[in-house]
Amino acid sequence: MTSAEHGHGGEMPRRDFLMVATGTVAVVGAAAAVWPLVDSMNPASDTLALASTEVDLAPIAEGQSITVQWRGKPVFVRYRTADEIKQARDIDATTLPDPKRDEERAQNPKWLVLVGVCTHLGCIPLGQRSAEPRGDFGGWFCPCHGSHYDTSGRIRKGPAPENLQVPAYTFLNDTKIRIG
Amino acid sequence: MSNMQLKNPILRWIEYRLPIFSFLDDSLGSNYPAPKNLNYWWNFGSLAGIALVLQIVTGIVLAMHYVPHVDYAFDSVERIMREVNYGWFLRYLHANGAALFFLVVYVHVFRGLYYGSYKYPREILWWLGIVIMVLMMATAFMGYVLPWGQMSYWAATVITNLFTALPWVGVNITEWLWGGFTVGNPTLNRFFSLHYVLPFAIVGVVFLHLWALHQHKSNNPLGIDIKGPQDTIPFHPYYTYKDLAGLGVFLLVLAAFVFYSPNYMGHPDNYIPANPLQTPAHIVPEWYFLPFYAILRAIPSKLGGVIAMAASIFVLFLLPWIDTSRVRSTKFRPVYRYFFWFLVIDVIVLGIVGAKPPEGIWILVGRLATLYYFVHFIIIMPFVGWFERPLPVPDSIHKPVLVSAGAAAVEAQR
Amino acid sequence: MKRFIRAAAIAALVVTTNAAAFAAGDDVKNPTAQGWSWDGIFGKFDRAQLQRGFQVYKEVCAACHELRYVSFRNLTEVGFSEAQSKAIAASYEVIDGPNDEGEMFKRPGRLADRIPAPFANEKAARAANNGAAPPNLSLITKARHDGSNYVFSLVSGYEKPPASMKVAEGMNYNPYFPGHQIAMAPPLEDGKVQFADSTAATVKQMASDVTAFLTWAAEPGLEARKRLGFKVMIFLLVLTALFIAAKQKVWRDLH
Repeated sequence: MTSAEHGHGGEMPRRDFLMVATGTVAVVGAAAAVWPLVDSMNPASDTLALASTEVDLAPIAEGQSITVQWRGKPVFVRYRTADEIKQARDIDATTLPDPKRDEERAQNPKWLVLVGVCTHLGCIPLGQRSAEPRGDFGGWFCPCHGSHYDTSGRIRKGPAPENLQVPAYTFLNDTKIRIG
Repeated sequence: MSNMQLKNPILRWIEYRLPIFSFLDDSLGSNYPAPKNLNYWWNFGSLAGIALVLQIVTGIVLAMHYVPHVDYAFDSVERIMREVNYGWFLRYLHANGAALFFLVVYVHVFRGLYYGSYKYPREILWWLGIVIMVLMMATAFMGYVLPWGQMSYWAATVITNLFTALPWVGVNITEWLWGGFTVGNPTLNRFFSLHYVLPFAIVGVVFLHLWALHQHKSNNPLGIDIKGPQDTIPFHPYYTYKDLAGLGVFLLVLAAFVFYSPNYMGHPDNYIPANPLQTPAHIVPEWYFLPFYAILRAIPSKLGGVIAMAASIFVLFLLPWIDTSRVRSTKFRPVYRYFFWFLVIDVIVLGIVGAKPPEGIWILVGRLATLYYFVHFIIIMPFVGWFERPLPVPDSIHKPVLVSAGAAAVEAQR
Repeated sequence: MKRFIRAAAIAALVVTTNAAAFAAGDDVKNPTAQGWSWDGIFGKFDRAQLQRGFQVYKEVCAACHELRYVSFRNLTEVGFSEAQSKAIAASYEVIDGPNDEGEMFKRPGRLADRIPAPFANEKAARAANNGAAPPNLSLITKARHDGSNYVFSLVSGYEKPPASMKVAEGMNYNPYFPGHQIAMAPPLEDGKVQFADSTAATVKQMASDVTAFLTWAAEPGLEARKRLGFKVMIFLLVLTALFIAAKQKVWRDLH
């Protein structure tokens, strides 16, 4: 199918309209035929449909965190103490590597909801359990390459380029959120 | 070796280090001489190659979504059909492509039979072709098991049970094939593994097949040897374009099935999940196995049926010696010509018998057709070749001047 | 070339007759062909009919038959709005879990859920139905020969048994069913459901509506397949014509 374009040898057909048209249509067809193969590897419709998770906040004590699964990824939900909120809000956000104010990241200051995946190379940061290191800024610490996140999940030190991602979520009522 | 002159400096740079362009040019390009008189029946070889590639490409993507486990196989196939983007398209292409692949290969085989392409000096070329066909059958059979529908399960059961016909070790071999006491999860797993790997073995044998082909070049409708450059034309552009024209028609037929009648060649029972406790009322293989299935059932003995079925393929290996004709092409064989078409009809009759339940008249028809199949190869072919007086054969492909049959015979044997 | 075409035509004929051999059955009455909206090259489903068919499934068939591969989100393809589909989903209870206490629990259905099955498993279905497990309907029109016509004929084709035949206890006579004795009692009677679009709910109407719905359920991609198919066929016709023209041109130069 490809060799039509080679212009060598004595008895080759000259590049006239018919040959060019045939070659073009064939190449367009081959390219179009590749698309179903490629697209079939995209998330399937049932995968896309599994997009929301509900979380009950009532059992979480102040200062405690839980991890839930959403789209296969861990989501951190932390009930922040007043001190942690203060730490997150007192800093001048414009000086940070990824400048975002805490008010933009937490709908309700008490509750911080984060995708628990380090924005560097996808490891899960430590800091959910009380015994785990929380890094230099009291939030989370990624052991893979040493990224430190603060009490708003913002990157403060280390190789990660961005803050921990905040998923789309809504408060269904005071003690229940739906992620996704 | 090709004396090709590449204008593009990058291609020239590559060619100097890895002479791939001249290799391609020598194998299927302008430097590969082909007989100038090949007809459209010679399209089916390259078509089979393209069908193989199509099966491998769609199969690799389907394997990304398929789950080879008895609890998930059927559901995963339905997930491909409903949830995976273009999954239905890929699966229907793969299923219908397999059937058309067999159609193409069978035409290719009958073309070889008609024009004596198995005769000296192309015996190994022919054997390699039969090996490819047998590998295809194994691959297709195991692929049919994967959706784990009722037909999958019972096809697997019936075909693997053929091995129990072997004396003494039959049961041991069958349980070894199953990895258990019945067709089950280990069987499905190994069939998936083999279904994935065998096509690449086929690709390997295809390369040997092409290698042997290039040694003595294509046979041709006259069945006489190439005498010199005046008898040939370059494969490219003449046969590349002719093959493309045939490919277009093939794709149209394939697309018509895939888009408008995707389950026509399938069987409804395979949309029922496998049930090891209940066999469907009529189990039939896919149409491309029906003639062999008819031969299997024609012999009223378990071992005998298995032997007959194996022999129906094995006999093809012996053709170079069975055929005593002095000329290759049936075109010049006034007597054998009729027997060739009888054989075609016989195989079609066997196919029809294979689809019918083994009752009444069909048992007799199946036995007669089976008998004739073997009579054709074992008796008719050697004897007709022996007493038949071939028509005068042209002197060369280039100059279709008739010479006496005797001279042509000497020619064909040389 | 002429010989080649003739031989190819013979081959095509052979394939056709050969495949038709599959159709051979025993004395089962062949389903009556109905002419469906989805037949043919440009076939499409009638959305109103699909919705009526879903209603018949939901109110009649669903008591015993599961619809295994269909999720509530798929109902938007039947022509329900997303809000309607959500409401339908919420009207079902689905089992989810385990929760943090390790218990399975019930909650209202969501779009991502599959339509729940009436029985927990096949054994339960069998036990509740005199030993005959009602089949999953989501593939029924593909799992039977001439499936759409078969389903229509079966559900609307119950008859009085011929005098010569003794129908077993708990069985019903249906000429379209292999063996003629079916465990399913006649599922439809005139006015069994109330259609929202005030179509008269005759047996034939309900049978053809539920057939349409089940045909869609067996192959939701049918319309997309035919749509794409038309484009591909046009493209391949052009491509093949070009290939043939190019071949002719190349070979003309030879002579």
